[in-house]
Amino acid sequence: MFKLRDKYAIAGIGNTDYTKASGRTVRSLATEACLKAIEDAGLTVADIDGIVSFNFNDSAPAIGVATEMGIENAGYAVDYAAGGNGANLITLAATAAIEAGLAKNVVCFRAMNGRSGFRLGGGRDLSAYGVTQYTAPLGWITYPQAMAMWARRHMIDYGTTEEHWAEIATTFRDNAVINERAMQRTPMTRDDYYNSRFIVDPFRMYDICLESDGACAVVITSAEHARDLKQKPVYIMGGAYGGGPSQGDDLFDAIRWPSHSHNCFKYLADDLWGSAGIGPQDIDVAEIYDCFTYSVLMALEGLGFCKEGEGGPFVMGGRIARDGALPLNTHGGLLSEAYIHGFNHVIEAVEQLRGTSGARQIEGAEIALTTAGAMTCGSAMILRN
Amino acid sequence: MQQTAYTKPLPVPDSESTPFWDGMREGKLMLQRCASSGAYLFPPVTFCPGSLERPEWVEASGKGTVFSWITVRHPVPRDIYAEDVPYVVAIVALDNGCRMTGNLVGCTPEEVRAGMPVELVFNRVTPEITLPAFRPVGG
Repeated sequence: MFKLRDKYAIAGIGNTDYTKASGRTVRSLATEACLKAIEDAGLTVADIDGIVSFNFNDSAPAIGVATEMGIENAGYAVDYAAGGNGANLITLAATAAIEAGLAKNVVCFRAMNGRSGFRLGGGRDLSAYGVTQYTAPLGWITYPQAMAMWARRHMIDYGTTEEHWAEIATTFRDNAVINERAMQRTPMTRDDYYNSRFIVDPFRMYDICLESDGACAVVITSAEHARDLKQKPVYIMGGAYGGGPSQGDDLFDAIRWPSHSHNCFKYLADDLWGSAGIGPQDIDVAEIYDCFTYSVLMALEGLGFCKEGEGGPFVMGGRIARDGALPLNTHGGLLSEAYIHGFNHVIEAVEQLRGTSGARQIEGAEIALTTAGAMTCGSAMILRN
Repeated sequence: MQQTAYTKPLPVPDSESTPFWDGMREGKLMLQRCASSGAYLFPPVTFCPGSLERPEWVEASGKGTVFSWITVRHPVPRDIYAEDVPYVVAIVALDNGCRMTGNLVGCTPEEVRAGMPVELVFNRVTPEITLPAFRPVGG
């Protein structure tokens, strides 16, 4: 369990524009986001001695970004092999590195040309080696196709319907409309959702996140140090990384997963809440990994916001809107802001807790949750101001 | 296989999976079973879970029920699957207790139901490779 409650803080945040075609190298996107985060913290490159990232062989290596930034001595440089599950893992890893004395000020980033370059959502290596030999030859290849199999099972087990997903998609779009960073700011009605074409039943186009180019970065340092810096510190209250009993080699290796109606969050919930010493009722705003509408339900259920199977009814009636009891994905999420593999959720949570979210600010937001991942493994973090 | 016009992904059998694919080619469903626990395994592995015990290979019936399924309507990659959509991929709960993947044939996407009884059919796509598919029992 994460035992570093309130000892470390996010001192700076930075991001590039989110686009469909950056026209730039991934390394330069990473460098821009990292330098902005360092400047935002009131630090200089000379202060940075650690750098951590996660990627799917689709990004720039941490040492390459450190080199482009001119970091003299990146004593702690790690690239985690992770997908969307890694967004909170790398921030927690940064706190562990500082705790161990390996670094003092760590910059964490995710950078990708996810639309113009390597498209995670559009397909994957068709070579049917390893676990994919039982999936790809059947035409079961993409992430939307993988997740739709889970979503169908939730519908079977609990009567979850497209109405619940429409609520999620349209609520998040409402948030994106007033977010100047968001890639998709066109208002979406319920009819727009229902009229969007099916990609893979039961998912329509608007159940599936955007593909995006861009980068996000944060600077993590000790709470003591953060209090002397430029921004109001956002403290890391708790966190967890984990999965269930059969995480498999990759997300298509879930044939033996116990139930496709729940995911990793059921298994990491106790560690997450235990590390922070709070419960779901204490969360003011949550940025939930929404690679697909359905994944939001599994996170809410797994983390105990409602019982397993009740996620659909739970999100209805305005509860997850900005003026609801549990505002979710106030920036528009991966569905409507951008798909920076969940790291843009961390940026938004920090802004909410700083009180700098402008029109989308949740009044009085003091404690925020971020989650990352949707299937057999993932991570989550609790932040406070 | 180079002479065939088959352009979709093909499995690359390895030391764990070769008996399964050999069986498929011969019209038999070969699955692993742990002798000590009696549990059937899919996908194939080298060791029974949590031990260095080697699973045994046994012929299985290929009967089961639909656990979950998807209907692919948007082809990805387009050039490979444009003419196949819509098609159905299912996870089937086999009667012996493990789950297995396969295409679902012999019915329309609209006719698929959870728990629907199905049986294995052998979809020969190349001289070397036969892929698993399932069809409704009696369908």
